[in-house]
Amino acid sequence: MLEIKNLHANVDGREILHGIDLTIRAGEVHALMGPNGSGKSTLSQVLAGRETYEVTEGSVTYLGQDLLAMKPEERAHLGVFLAFQYPVEIPGVNNTYFLKAALNAIRKARGEDPLDAMDFLKLVREKVKLVELDEDLINRPVNEGFSGGEKKRNEIFQMAVLEPKFAVLDETDSGLDIDALKIVANGVNALRGPERAMLVITHYQRLLNYIVPDFVHVLSEGRIVASGGKELALKLEQEGYGWLEAGARP
Amino acid sequence: MSAIDSFRHQFLEHSGRRLGQEAPWLSLVRRAAFERFLDRGFPTTNDEDWRFTSVAPLASMEFSLDAGNPVQGSSLLKAHLGNDWKRHEIVFINGRFSPELSAIGALPSGVVVQSLASALESHPEDVEAVLSLNPAEGATVFSDLNRAFLTDGAFVMVPEGVVVEHPIHIVHVSSAKRPAVSHPHHIVLLERGAEARLVESYLGEDGPSYFTNAAAEIVAASGAKIDHYRIQREGESTFHIGSERLLQAAGAAVQNHSFSLGARIARVDIHGLLDGEGADLTLNGLYVVKGTQHVDHHTVIDHSKPHGTSRELYKGVLDDAASGVFNGRIIVRPGAQKTNAQQSNKNLLLSEEALVNTNPQLEIEADDVKCAHGATIGQLDKDALFYLRSRGIGREEAMRILTRGFIADVSERIRIAAVRDAMRRFVFAEAA
Repeated sequence: MLEIKNLHANVDGREILHGIDLTIRAGEVHALMGPNGSGKSTLSQVLAGRETYEVTEGSVTYLGQDLLAMKPEERAHLGVFLAFQYPVEIPGVNNTYFLKAALNAIRKARGEDPLDAMDFLKLVREKVKLVELDEDLINRPVNEGFSGGEKKRNEIFQMAVLEPKFAVLDETDSGLDIDALKIVANGVNALRGPERAMLVITHYQRLLNYIVPDFVHVLSEGRIVASGGKELALKLEQEGYGWLEAGARP
Repeated sequence: MSAIDSFRHQFLEHSGRRLGQEAPWLSLVRRAAFERFLDRGFPTTNDEDWRFTSVAPLASMEFSLDAGNPVQGSSLLKAHLGNDWKRHEIVFINGRFSPELSAIGALPSGVVVQSLASALESHPEDVEAVLSLNPAEGATVFSDLNRAFLTDGAFVMVPEGVVVEHPIHIVHVSSAKRPAVSHPHHIVLLERGAEARLVESYLGEDGPSYFTNAAAEIVAASGAKIDHYRIQREGESTFHIGSERLLQAAGAAVQNHSFSLGARIARVDIHGLLDGEGADLTLNGLYVVKGTQHVDHHTVIDHSKPHGTSRELYKGVLDDAASGVFNGRIIVRPGAQKTNAQQSNKNLLLSEEALVNTNPQLEIEADDVKCAHGATIGQLDKDALFYLRSRGIGREEAMRILTRGFIADVSERIRIAAVRDAMRRFVFAEAA
C-alpha cells in the first residue's frame, strides 16, 4: 500500500529525515516509536503533504502512485488521513459543517454523489458513538474550547466518518488519561480491517497495549534504527531509547 | 468644470427653481449647508479624517443631477434579498421615489412609511425638527452637500409604543446613462418605546460612474428600539458616500449593521450620539472588497450621558489590491460616568497587495468608565488551511470556509434571516 524509500526531508533548510525506508501493506498496523526530536512528526506531516517540509531525496509510493507529487487534498481523496498531534482550532467554522464538506469533497473526487443532510446526520450519529464524543461538541466550532482529550477523540471521529485507507495517528495518545486512551484505542481498533493500514506514532509503549501493532519501528535522529514485532515496544519500555541512540551512531 | 463648480452651478439652478415652491426654512437649511460645503470644499488626504481615502477622482469629475433615461431597477431588486420575506418596501431610483417598484403594504396604525418629498407636505414639522438638530453634530462635507440638494428619500415614523413586526426596507437603486449624482436622504423617527427593524439597501449597476451621496438620520426617543441594516452593493465604478446619524434618547437601543461590498470608492460615516442615560448602541460592520476597491468606515460613538453602553465589531476581508480603512472613535464626555464601551476591528488580508489602515481612538473625559478596544490585521491561518486540505477540502474551498468562519460572528448577529442568507450569498458569490 505504502512504500517509503530513502526519504530525506528538510524544514527551514535543516535536514530532519535522513533516509527513511518503510513498507506498509494493507491490513497492517505499524507503530513508529522514538524519542522527541527523532523526526516522527516530520514524517507524518510529509506524508500528509505539509508544504513547510521540503523533501530533498527519496520517494513515497502510495497505491502505486507518487504520493509526494499530490496536493494534501488529493492525498485525502485517495484515502490518506492524518490524525494531528495538535488539532487546529478553527473559530466560526462548525465541526459538522466542516466534516460534511470534507466527506463530500472526497466523495466528489471519487465520482460519488454527495451525502444529503439526512444521510450525513445518520452517519455522524453512528460514528460519534464510537469515540463517545458529546453530540453538542460536534456542532461547535472545530476544536474550539475542546479539552485535549476531546480534540483527540474528534480526530478519531473524523477518521471514522471519512473511512481512510491509510491513517497516520500522530501521538494521538499524548495528553490522554487512561480512560480517554481506551476510548481512542477502541475507536481505532473498530476501524482496523484487511483493507486499511495504519501508522501509529507514539512516544510511549502504553498505547500499544490497547492498539496492538503488527510491526514496531524505532526512529532515531531521522532514521529507522530498529524494526521488529510488538515485543520491541516492550523492550523499549524497559530499557528506554538510550541503547538504540548509542547504536545508531557510527 | 470640476465637481465643485458643477455643484455650485447646480445649486443655483436647483435652489432657484425651488425658491417660493418650498418652505422658507428648508431654503435656509439648504443654503446654510451649501455654504458649509463651499467653505470646506472636497477633503484632501491632508485632512486627518481623509488621510487614507482620496476623493480626487470624484472631485475632478462632473456629475449631472439628471441620470438620463434610467433603466428600471426591478431586476437588481429581485436579485437582492429575494422575495421570501415579509417587509414594507419603499424604493428610490436615482434619488427619486418609485411608486411602481415600492410595495409598502399595510402598516400598523399610525406608522408612516412614505417619500420624504411627500412628508415635506404632510409632516413638515417633523422633518424640520430633524433637520434643525445641531447641524454641525456629525456633519461631514458630504452630508452638507446632501442636505443642500435634499429632494427625496424615505420618511419613516413609528408612534409611541408601536412595534412594527415586519422589516421596513428602504432601497436606493442607481442606474445612470451618464455620470450622475443623487442625494437620497432618509429620516427615521421612533417615538417613545417604539420598535422597528430597518433595512437600507444601496444597489447599482456596473457601467458609467455615478455618485451616490446618501444620508440617513435615525432618531430613537426614550426606550425605542431599532435594528438597522445598511447594505451597500453599488456598481463597480461607483462613488458611494454614506452619512448616518443616530440620535438616541434615554434607554433607547440601536443596533446598526453596515455592510459594504460594492463601489469603487465607498466611504461611510456613522455618528452615534447617546444623548440620554442608559442608551445602548451596537455597531456591527463588514466590508468585503477585491480588485482595486477602496472602502472606508469612520464611526464615532459619542457617550454624552451616564450609564451608556456601546459595543462595536467591524470586520474586513480584503483581496487582490483592495484597500480599506477603519477609524473608530469613542468619546466619553465629562459626566458620562459608568459608560461601558467595547470596540473591535479585525481584518483578514487574502492577498499580499491588499492593505488596511485601522485606527481606534478613545477620548475619555470621565473617570468611572470601562472602555476597551482592539484591532488586528492578519492572514488566513496556515495551520487551519492545511488541516482542512488534509481532510480532502480543496484550497479554494478551504479558504472560503475559513473566510466564512472569520466573519461568522458578524453574520450571526443579523437577525433577519433573508438578510443573513443574502449576505452569505453576496460575500461568497454563492447561488441563491
